[in-house]
Amino acid sequence: MLIVVCIKQVPDTTQVQIDPVTNTLVRDGIPFIVNPYDTHALEEALRLKDQFGCKVAAISMGPPNAEGTLKKALALGVDYSILLSDRVFGGADTLATSNVLAAAIRKLNDEVDEVGLVLCGKQTIDGDTAQVGPGIASRLDYRQLTLVDKIVNLDFSAKKIRVSRKLEGRHEIVEAPLPAMLTVVRELNRPRYPKVQMRLEAAEAVVEVWNNKTLQLDEQKIGLKGSPTWVSKIFSPERAKGEILGDGYADPAGTAKLLIEKLMAKDMLPL
Amino acid sequence: MIPSPSIFAPLLIASLAVFAWGVWKRLSLISLGQSEDRSGSLGDMFRYAFGQKRVVAKPFGINHFIIFWSFMILMVANTEFILNGLFPRSIKLIMLPFELYVPLAFLIDIASLLALIAVTVAAARRLVSPPYPEARTPEAFFILGLIATLMLASFGLNASELAAYMLRSGVDPALFFASARKIMPVSALVAGMLPPLQLEMIHTASWWAHALALMAFICYLPNSKHMHILTAIPNCFFRRQEKPNTQPREEFVAGNAFGVDQVDGYSWKDLLDSFSCTECGRCQNVCPASITGKPLNPRAVIHDIKVNLLENGAALKAGEKPHIPLIGDGGEGSVSEDAIWACTTCGACMEACPVFIEQMPKLIQLRRHLVESEAKFPEELLNLFENMEGRSNPWGIAPSERTKWCSQLDVKPFDKDTTEYLFYVGCAGSFDSRNKHVSVSMAQLLDKAGITWGILGKDEKCCGDSVRRLGNEYVFDKMAKENVATFIERGVKKIITQCPHCFSTLKNDYRQYGLELDVIHHSELLRNLVEDGRLVLDKTTQEMGATVFHDSCYLGRHNDVYDAPRSVIEAATGQAPAEMERNRNNAFCCGAGGGRMWMEEHVGERINLTRVNEALEQKPETICVACPYCMTMFEDGLKDVKAENVKVRDVAEVMAEAIFR
Repeated sequence: MLIVVCIKQVPDTTQVQIDPVTNTLVRDGIPFIVNPYDTHALEEALRLKDQFGCKVAAISMGPPNAEGTLKKALALGVDYSILLSDRVFGGADTLATSNVLAAAIRKLNDEVDEVGLVLCGKQTIDGDTAQVGPGIASRLDYRQLTLVDKIVNLDFSAKKIRVSRKLEGRHEIVEAPLPAMLTVVRELNRPRYPKVQMRLEAAEAVVEVWNNKTLQLDEQKIGLKGSPTWVSKIFSPERAKGEILGDGYADPAGTAKLLIEKLMAKDMLPL
Repeated sequence: MIPSPSIFAPLLIASLAVFAWGVWKRLSLISLGQSEDRSGSLGDMFRYAFGQKRVVAKPFGINHFIIFWSFMILMVANTEFILNGLFPRSIKLIMLPFELYVPLAFLIDIASLLALIAVTVAAARRLVSPPYPEARTPEAFFILGLIATLMLASFGLNASELAAYMLRSGVDPALFFASARKIMPVSALVAGMLPPLQLEMIHTASWWAHALALMAFICYLPNSKHMHILTAIPNCFFRRQEKPNTQPREEFVAGNAFGVDQVDGYSWKDLLDSFSCTECGRCQNVCPASITGKPLNPRAVIHDIKVNLLENGAALKAGEKPHIPLIGDGGEGSVSEDAIWACTTCGACMEACPVFIEQMPKLIQLRRHLVESEAKFPEELLNLFENMEGRSNPWGIAPSERTKWCSQLDVKPFDKDTTEYLFYVGCAGSFDSRNKHVSVSMAQLLDKAGITWGILGKDEKCCGDSVRRLGNEYVFDKMAKENVATFIERGVKKIITQCPHCFSTLKNDYRQYGLELDVIHHSELLRNLVEDGRLVLDKTTQEMGATVFHDSCYLGRHNDVYDAPRSVIEAATGQAPAEMERNRNNAFCCGAGGGRMWMEEHVGERINLTRVNEALEQKPETICVACPYCMTMFEDGLKDVKAENVKVRDVAEVMAEAIFR
């Protein structure tokens, strides 16, 4: 049984700025990180590996430099890491992306081992659509279990999974047959820290790259051509300029009083 | 009558064999350790081993000094005793020229008395008020009893010989004792009290008591903590010459071991350390973790390493797995993870150890294993490690915000042609809202003094102190290499730091990366500027009121900077700061060093509260610090004890107050 984790390299958003002229992300010198939600998906897959002894594959679609993300996955203990990279994959929206990822999962299922679970983060911190995971499930005709905060029970032999979904104000326990696609939230687990030995091995390892020659997908269904949606504009929402009240360092009590008065005047402190 | 050598000789040979076997067993275990370069220092050996400089720093150390030097003198007497036992009447001290014999006999007699008094004091101390409760061991009383027996027996021996000699010579007893007292005062006194008819019996009994006690001592010595008699001397000789707060680098090649999880992963010197400990307990009595009830006890760590080595030695020699894990549940021979993480790396243990045992670096090695090979550490540290690696600061704040502290100031980027100093602001000085005020004060003072200086701005990275002390050497290595490359590329030679952790890391740790920087702590620079007349104080500040100064471990103990911050305070306020009970090299840690800043403190009393209360005993209006961690720990502590009327100020803020307001 194989578990596939989909991970994405994203810019460290706390460090991202938007170019006010071109309305695009200024990516120069911004470090990339693994999408934080994906690290929880990866951790869960590795825990299942520890528990059941199954294999784990990490896949990522992105430019060649996304190799670093897959090396991080290798350092944490995945068995296979595959980068899906080709110019024709570029400019993809969530539909086109899910087409490529689904094709890769299908190939893994056919050529490596039967895929039981696909794990994704609930969304990425750059696109924030939360559509790619469900898109993959639709393309593959897998059951989709989104917003999972706990795997209650997993039975590979009976091909059944029972999970808890974290919804607004409540939890939902759902059972589904395998194969299934899960998107996960941060409450699911605490990601592990890589051991140095594994990091060193991962640094030496070669990440397998699959391009469209490997996947043989119809170019009308991938990349920009296969994307019915595209980004027309990115902008930072305008925020009213704040003000600095008093001197909290020299006079904390007086400043706190000023702040309370200000908030009350604006009717923002319900008393 | 001295018994026949045919009885004594085999006994002596047997006990020497036991001695040799014990010494060999232990010394051969030391050879299991990893290689490590140590150049020895004869000066240190004489100063600290024979001169007992650190031993006598504490009142009861004088007692030890007396025992040690009595032993040195009595080696002559014991050599005579053994030779006499083997070859009766062949060699006697009395055969020496009279001018030599008289002072020697006098010295031996007095040394025996002093040793007897000293062991009595030592035994009484263990009974009444031991250095720590567990010091009241049967082993301690046994060895003290043996020494006392040796001394009493030698008096019996000498006294009975004197009395017999007097009887044989027929000299008037009063005359005889009057002159004998000038040579052997104690033995002569005892001789006068001996019953003349039982001299022979007393002599034989004393001889055997002495012989048996001596042989018991010889047998027992290498198999007990008294092995330190042999190992403490080379341990002082091989003491680390540079400050031992910088641990050796690791080589990151797949297949290497990282840190230590098996006792033979330590260096030979670490293992020699474990045999040099006499369990005096001075380290645990200054350790902030031990004192506040944490599961760490530096004495026990050294003891556990010794026990682990003795228990596992045979298996390790045979290339087998050890029976007792080095990192384990904290039972004898194992160090618990809780103990490993409790260390603040303050270095007080190493400062206190009379024989230069290095406790702290051994704990860092264990941390390295846990972090690097097992990825096992308190969960609070996960964020820290990721923030450090990802954004090069402990909080994970965007590096672009590094210059926010000086947004209202005109601060130049460092440029090797136009700026003399790099002001390495540090993470706390850049991001911590309280500590930014220190950075601002410092910037204003530097400008006032006409110093040309600049910053690296968003290119400044964390120095890596916390990750290194926490054992994450892999990440530290990356951070250090990056910083060293930046410093070289930008032509940085002279650096000002306001954080003792940056100070020590740039100054000491980066030397291991081939970079010798001229690093100056801001307290030293400010003192120099005042002394050189570049910072002119036309008035002192009364704003601070009564001050007390707290030494930062990484400024004081680890780098010997004690006077500079005090001078700055005195120059700015017109008055020397008050001293806490534990100050300078004996200062008590604030609790934040060694990465403890980023960890919860669940067990025992809080270290910062202990120190805050100690500071408050001096009734200060302002507690002066020279370290951002200390500042946080004191401000938090003062809130906890509801003493928020007491201010905490960095020395730069004190100086700025005097100059600008």
